[in-house]
Amino acid sequence: MEILLNSKQIHDTICTIAEQIKSDIPADTDIAIIGIRSRGEILAQRLESALENHFFGRILSGTLDITLYRDDLNEPKSTQPIVRSTEIDFDITDKLVLLVDDVLYTGRSVRAAMDALTDLGRPRLMRLAVLVDRGHHEYPICADYVGIKKDVDESTLVQVHFTETDHEDRVFIKHE
Amino acid sequence: MSKSKKIQWTRKHLIGLSDLSREEIEFILDTAKGFEEFSTRSIKKVPTLRGKVIVNMFFEDSTRTRNSFTLAASRLSADVIEFTKKSSSVSKGETLIDTARNLEAMGIDIVVIRHSAGGAPKLLSRSINACVVNAGDGFHEHPTQGLLDVYTIRQVRGSLDGLKIGIVGDIAHSRVARSDIYAMTKLGAEVTLIGPPTLMPASVRDLPVKVSYSLDDVIEELDVINMLRIQFERLGGNPFPSVREYSHYFGLTVDRMKRAKPDIIVMHPGPMNRGLEIESEVADGPNSVILEQVANGLAVRMAVLFLVNQASTLTS
Repeated sequence: MEILLNSKQIHDTICTIAEQIKSDIPADTDIAIIGIRSRGEILAQRLESALENHFFGRILSGTLDITLYRDDLNEPKSTQPIVRSTEIDFDITDKLVLLVDDVLYTGRSVRAAMDALTDLGRPRLMRLAVLVDRGHHEYPICADYVGIKKDVDESTLVQVHFTETDHEDRVFIKHE
Repeated sequence: MSKSKKIQWTRKHLIGLSDLSREEIEFILDTAKGFEEFSTRSIKKVPTLRGKVIVNMFFEDSTRTRNSFTLAASRLSADVIEFTKKSSSVSKGETLIDTARNLEAMGIDIVVIRHSAGGAPKLLSRSINACVVNAGDGFHEHPTQGLLDVYTIRQVRGSLDGLKIGIVGDIAHSRVARSDIYAMTKLGAEVTLIGPPTLMPASVRDLPVKVSYSLDDVIEELDVINMLRIQFERLGGNPFPSVREYSHYFGLTVDRMKRAKPDIIVMHPGPMNRGLEIESEVADGPNSVILEQVANGLAVRMAVLFLVNQASTLTS
């Protein structure tokens, strides 16, 4: 097991992402930060607090469950996918939607998330922020705001732990 | 909140609730929660079952359940074949299994079946490869109704643990009552069946329930009351002297409601005989969740269709 980010580095990385966003998105933008369940949800919450002042507290936030839009629902699999609820109680039409996920890997989750979001409305702009871009994208998808970029071999697992759900802040590479 | 329960749903068929564990029932309810907000969206569809074919095989009349399954299927983007006894080869003497196998040859994925014979869905599930969902069989079970009933109670009260629930009316002829009893008791509620002795099933002693022949004796204790419909089409003989007398002893009236707990939940599986088992003021009153039951039925059925379909993709 190799530690990619410790607690302090996670904090600093989130600040880096927030700085990229601040320099890129004007303060008077109608912004909605939407995290992909489940670690993206927590990252979205942390980004929101880091961005609160910049957007004068006008940030809308929500959580997206992409299970029903996954592209492997018809594929043979060993575990049943778990459906959870999407919690977006505002209209995303004409907003800047900042989609947030913990790790960008194949790009399939982001594809599913974009489909799920466009069923809810028509955002003016959609942007993607991730904590780790581990490379090996299978779909033509890139993130706009990246915490760290590291090419990680496909035989390994990049796992993000947040205190809210895992009792620790840590990003690590697990060899299977 | 997910309590990291590692429960796996592996059933390709939903035949009844009697053989489901508490965890399996809760897994369906938790899944249904994810489908609850669909009715409020501008686009009420998800692509989840795109390209799948669902057959609604209804050998008995139904409007609510059938429409609910059809709508659930179309919200999941499945194609639906509506099959009725009258307009099919069944009226020419084809057997249930032959009919189903012929439909299966056209490439169907899920059969939703309602049949007057208890056990028909089980028989079907052994004969075909498609998933089978029971939409009511004889006096046996109506699992999706049982699920939507407990879903609705959970929505209001958070949990069924320790709740006292009364099911009132024609228990003997009610598949809803059976599925309710299994679902409610497995989730920790205490169920009392209430009605005249002539409408109690012979097997009542084998069920994990209490029995009362007087609604007035127990109304004050109940947290939830489920008023079953008097099913005139199923009643043989004279189970009670008159409709008025039944209504007098077992109807949920405004007067009786005054003696009930102020937050009692009033349920009815529909269709209602207003003025018979339930007075209109009560059915439309603040304690009634009857329309929520219908709305939740949709979420529960979407969850069931999703889960049986996903179970059919599992490899081990």
